Amino acid sequence: MSGPAGNATPTSATPTARPRRRPLDASLIVGIALVAVIVIGAVLVASVGRNFFSPGNIRDILTGMSVLGFVAIGQTLVILCASLDLSVPYVVSLSSLIAADLMAGDPANIPLAVLAVLAVAALIGLANGLIVTELRVNGFIATLGTGLIIKGYLDSSYKGTSGDVPWEFQLIGATGLGPVPVSTLIMLAVALGGAFFLARTRTGNHMFAVGGNEQVARLSGIRTARPLIVAHVLCSVTAALAGLLLASRLGVGSPTVGTQGGYDLLSIAAVVLGGTLLLGGRGSVWGTIGGVAIFAVVDNVMSVMQVNPFLKDVVRGTVIVAAVAVYTSRSLDRRRPRFGGGSGATTAASPQRGDREEVQA
Amino acid sequence: MSANLAESGPVLVAEGLEKSFFGVTVLRGVGLTLHPGEVHGLVGENGAGKSTFMKILAGVYERDAGTVVLGGREVDFSHPVEAARSGLATVFQEFNLLPERTVAQNVFLGREPRRGGLVDRRAMVRETRALLDDLGVEGVDPDAPVRTLTVAEQQIVEIVKALSVDARVIQMDEPTAALADHEVELLYAIVRRLAERGVAILYVSHRLKEIFDLCDTITVLKDGALVSSGPASELDTDELVRRMVGRPISAYFPDREEGTGLGASRLELRGAGNAYVDDIDLELRAGEIVGVAGLQGSGRTELVEALFGITPFTRGELRLDGRPVRMTSPRQAVRAGVALITEDRKAQGLALNQSVADNALLVIRSVFARRTSDVRRELPGVLSSLEVASRGIDQEVQYLSGGNQQKVVLAKWLATKPRVVLLDEPTRGIDVGAKVAVYTLMRRLAKEGVAILMISSELPEVIGMSDRIVVMHDGRASAELPARSDEATILSAATGTLRVGGEEAP
Repeated sequence: MSGPAGNATPTSATPTARPRRRPLDASLIVGIALVAVIVIGAVLVASVGRNFFSPGNIRDILTGMSVLGFVAIGQTLVILCASLDLSVPYVVSLSSLIAADLMAGDPANIPLAVLAVLAVAALIGLANGLIVTELRVNGFIATLGTGLIIKGYLDSSYKGTSGDVPWEFQLIGATGLGPVPVSTLIMLAVALGGAFFLARTRTGNHMFAVGGNEQVARLSGIRTARPLIVAHVLCSVTAALAGLLLASRLGVGSPTVGTQGGYDLLSIAAVVLGGTLLLGGRGSVWGTIGGVAIFAVVDNVMSVMQVNPFLKDVVRGTVIVAAVAVYTSRSLDRRRPRFGGGSGATTAASPQRGDREEVQA
Repeated sequence: MSANLAESGPVLVAEGLEKSFFGVTVLRGVGLTLHPGEVHGLVGENGAGKSTFMKILAGVYERDAGTVVLGGREVDFSHPVEAARSGLATVFQEFNLLPERTVAQNVFLGREPRRGGLVDRRAMVRETRALLDDLGVEGVDPDAPVRTLTVAEQQIVEIVKALSVDARVIQMDEPTAALADHEVELLYAIVRRLAERGVAILYVSHRLKEIFDLCDTITVLKDGALVSSGPASELDTDELVRRMVGRPISAYFPDREEGTGLGASRLELRGAGNAYVDDIDLELRAGEIVGVAGLQGSGRTELVEALFGITPFTRGELRLDGRPVRMTSPRQAVRAGVALITEDRKAQGLALNQSVADNALLVIRSVFARRTSDVRRELPGVLSSLEVASRGIDQEVQYLSGGNQQKVVLAKWLATKPRVVLLDEPTRGIDVGAKVAVYTLMRRLAKEGVAILMISSELPEVIGMSDRIVVMHDGRASAELPARSDEATILSAATGTLRVGGEEAP
């Protein structure tokens, strides 16, 4: 009844060579975005008669990057494993207090204090990792819980700032090579270490697998708990580095310095802004550093231009949403079109396609 | 391709494998023998036990009874990785690949080569390239992310992954299910090359043509039991199908209901196409059941998704009840009286942790909210007429059996009083009783003047239920066949070997 198909010859496939379009690398896009933000920022700053590229301003931006940078590097690892760490602000505060208290103004105590801070942070991270892997508690909830526990301890044990950081340790936060603060150099070194870890160690490689598809990872013989635990430990340790840096800047430890910085959500935002998939499995440390830099530049431009503080948050929020919208629009149509050469019209017609496999994963 | 079969001893002997799930026996006393360099076809209908058999060999499932001897040593794997390291690798139907990672990273996932404690990326890439070259594969870059590869290339990556552990036995579960014809050729070449190198291959496929093209030996399973195992040269397609099916097709398909008549055209497609299907001509009339056959990946699901407005047609014409429409969203389709029972019940058909009532009212609430209270009042009656076995309409659907879940999906759509019903694998994974209930419902709807389009991979079902059969091949409707066409004709149309007039090509 529907005539032509009645006795049709089978149509052979059209083996058109599909153009192999490698999508732009996510961290490259972040780089482009960063350059764009810098250009726009420089123009805006120039419009009020200031120089964006003055050594002083560069130093301000880089200084603004380092604390969030530390936290976001660790957060990147955790998010790559498809987990989250909301306890970082409290780890930051706790670390600043432990450091300042143990140093007690004496430079001889610095090594011991630093080691103690890192050890405590590693233990917190280990607890997070074990709760997520052994008790099977979602990372969001697990770290919210440990964060609250630390917050409770801080609130009940400290009424305000505490301890005394010796001048020698304060130099880390105060000195620089030219316009580049030492703290930023340390942060970049940690980022380099993180990127190297992800690329060249088995555990680092396996983080992508565990976050990308735990089933695939397990069927490939990976012990899936290990990368997750390591990621949580490293995340707490980098948060502790941020706490040490803040102690060095403030000269004392503070029970609220982490929460004031909003490092939990800001670090997650920087990671996502850096092109790492919130669902895990894709991302890079360098992208995150780009995300942190974008935040720092935007903040800097706004403070140079003396933008109303409420408007600042509006701009920040807009940047995050816009960035993620851009990434999502690039997300792939996994099912390849068979007909029509994949013109814009056909792909636009099926926006929900690409999500299906991710949902299953 | 394997002249030395008789000379070498078997590399794998499986005997008397048994397996049951929750008291249902799915495998009873199945065994087979694999020789080096042999391509061994494992065939049977859906549910015959092929996948279970492979998964027992691979260590995914534990067997209840039986022995497996690999290379002269009795083995009992508890994990696919353990099996792979002992030389028995499996290429599963679902890809076990990470789309965001490169080919080399996927091939060596979990066993990354190291030098000085660090992952040796260069060695990884080098060895992956060597394995690809060995298979004669060109154009796959070990550094390319897997998501940029075609399905066929991803399949190759899976095979390379199996090879990289030095497998002596490779099991392939429907390796061509998602491949287009020209890609199948590439896979053929790879399978042949592997056999030449003395690897034994256990090849599961629904495509009988492939089985005859590739396999030296064919083992037939039916209902979990061994039917026969012997040289391919002693079989032909008809005999093989007879052994696979082994029962009269009409056994449990209800006859057309008294007084069912063909009415006016409900749905009509002329030259319709989008990115996934092309040049579709199709007419559905009131009271008619049209079956859609075709291999997986032939565009069957894409056809109904286009009809339902999920991936709208971008070309051609679509008419509902004679009026041209552009179906651009599922909501619009529902409003126009179209229902789609999706292939994946759990992911697309049901909200698993909501109640039977919530699921049954899902579409009504969202599209015809004003009718909700009416439908809710009728709901118990509808559910009992479908014989849904549940503890009540407040039970979460995740605790129902597959058959009862499917009935809830059907109830959801019946509530919309559809005039065109699209069913995508309506009886997949449900028991025989529920199947018969689905068939009976289809007959009843047809009598009431609903036009029905049913996709099915089970040919007996297509043949037993359809008034007409449309066969999809490579995104197009390759043939339209009358009711009661035989399996061989449908299969040859589905595999693209059917020539004009239904004659079979050699």
